[in-house]
Amino acid sequence: MSSTPHSVAVPILEVQDLTLLRGKQKVLDSVSFSIQAGSFVAVLGGNGAGKTSLFRVILGLESLKTGQVRVLGQEVKPGKASIGYMPQMRELVAGQFKGWNMVAAAFRGGVCGLPWYNQMCCAQVNAALAAVDALDLAHRPIATLSGGQQQRLMLAQAFLDDPRLLLLDEPLASLDHARRRDTVQRIYTYARTKEMTVLLSTHDMIPLQGFIDYILYLVDGRALLGRVEEVMTAQALTALYGTPVEVVQAGGHLFVVTKEGGDTLHSCACEG
Amino acid sequence: MLHYAFMRAAFMAALLISIVCGPVGWFLVLRRQSFASHALAHVGFAGATAALVVDQPALLGFGVGSVLSGVAMGAISYRVIGHDVIIGLVLSLAMGIGVLCLHFLTRSAHAAMSLLFGNILGVDTNTLWALFFLSAGCLVVLACIARPLLLATLQPEVAEAKGVSLRLINCIFLVLVAVATVECTQATGILLVFTLMVAPAAAIIRQGFSPIVGMVATTALAVGESWGGLVLSWYTSWPVVFWIAALGAVGFGISHGIVLLSLKRK
Ligand SMILES: Nc1ncnc2c1ncn2[C@@H]1O[C@H](COP(=O)(O)OP(=O)(O)O)[C@@H](O)[C@H]1O
Ligand SMILES: [Mg+2]
Repeated sequence: MSSTPHSVAVPILEVQDLTLLRGKQKVLDSVSFSIQAGSFVAVLGGNGAGKTSLFRVILGLESLKTGQVRVLGQEVKPGKASIGYMPQMRELVAGQFKGWNMVAAAFRGGVCGLPWYNQMCCAQVNAALAAVDALDLAHRPIATLSGGQQQRLMLAQAFLDDPRLLLLDEPLASLDHARRRDTVQRIYTYARTKEMTVLLSTHDMIPLQGFIDYILYLVDGRALLGRVEEVMTAQALTALYGTPVEVVQAGGHLFVVTKEGGDTLHSCACEG
Repeated sequence: MLHYAFMRAAFMAALLISIVCGPVGWFLVLRRQSFASHALAHVGFAGATAALVVDQPALLGFGVGSVLSGVAMGAISYRVIGHDVIIGLVLSLAMGIGVLCLHFLTRSAHAAMSLLFGNILGVDTNTLWALFFLSAGCLVVLACIARPLLLATLQPEVAEAKGVSLRLINCIFLVLVAVATVECTQATGILLVFTLMVAPAAAIIRQGFSPIVGMVATTALAVGESWGGLVLSWYTSWPVVFWIAALGAVGFGISHGIVLLSLKRK
């Protein structure tokens, strides 16, 4: 979990006492955690818990009320840190564009110049597309692709420019169940071979079974980071929610149930 | 027809205008801001008539008016109010001011006509030089920002993450649109800015080319349409602007036909 003062490895991401306001609302409330390089972290939380906001903060795109965010020891500035970002899905413009061109637009997309794609760019784009099994989608116009297919292209886009840290905002949202598992496997393999750290936000933990090292659990802007068995306990989550929470195990899956509403918030597959 | 100096000047002017309208129009259509060029032309009209009232060159007033409003449009947070609302408001106010200025300017109806409908056959050497420098400047700036602008258009959040300021790049782009509009009105007048800025780009974008190919093809089509308009006007003695507008519509129709045919074949 969080690094001890004597540990050798530098954490790739350190967040200290982070508070983000939107209007009067505390979207993130005194959040602190740190993540070691090479980890695969699931960011869990209901709608409006602050997952997207947290990612934008890590990218340096929000002005903070308090706190600090460091990536590889450096304070974050937009475009400076080596971060691959896949935003939450929305409708894509330029439907006539081929998927390949849409993906390639992100290759060094912040650099001045013409959108000219040289050999190195083509090789990187094709490698990223192959990694998410989207090479066959790339020659089709974007408008003819389904939501899940577009999402795979956006995932490939996040792999470009050799990032050290991947921030994937609900990359599984419009995929079917078989695809979810397959996509997580592909993200995992790609991140391992390229030694990337992954933060992946999701509502559904089941496809992540066996892949994740840590859970970052967000509730109303408060955060808890830990191993699966540390976070997914009634005690830990009751403290985080501030109301009694039960963690129910059924059919090899964990379900988080708040006593008041009684609704299932998350399910999480686990071996023990 | 090229024996005449005014025709040679017209062909030169059409070329200079089209090479800017091509790539700028391509981005304009891709960003779904084509209405912006319309609005900037109207504000430019107000500026130009105001300049005429105080005995200044119309082109100067036009440039100042549309560039300033381009900056203003880009600086106003477009998240607060929708693009179309702002643009619509600006447009009608500007047109109103333009009409007021014309009211004071009873002596020069000819100047007003050429503002509204263009006067490419009356381009003089000074105007040609002005067009040359405007085009060169515009293309240099666009070549610098094209890459981030493309990403900001396709994937704004990813562009932000890569350090692109969406507001700044939108602002710079709208200034380029303003300059291109100023040039374009020399040929087509403010009422028909669409014919050179938007029609060629709309035809090409349907074909799904890669960005560079798309921009080059749009430019070629714009040059073809404006030169074609000059030639047809020479032989029919109908207004040039009519022919450019007609060719724009034909180009779009053909492009649409190609798309339909290729769908059918699949
Ligand atoms: N642009 C915005 N302006 C104002 N409030 C916002 C904005 N974006 C998000 N919020 C608020 O911030 C909170 C967290 O949102 P978000 O980070 O998008 O949550 P999540 O991604 O977990 O669903 C929500 O309560 C939401 O209403
Ligand atoms: Mg979100």
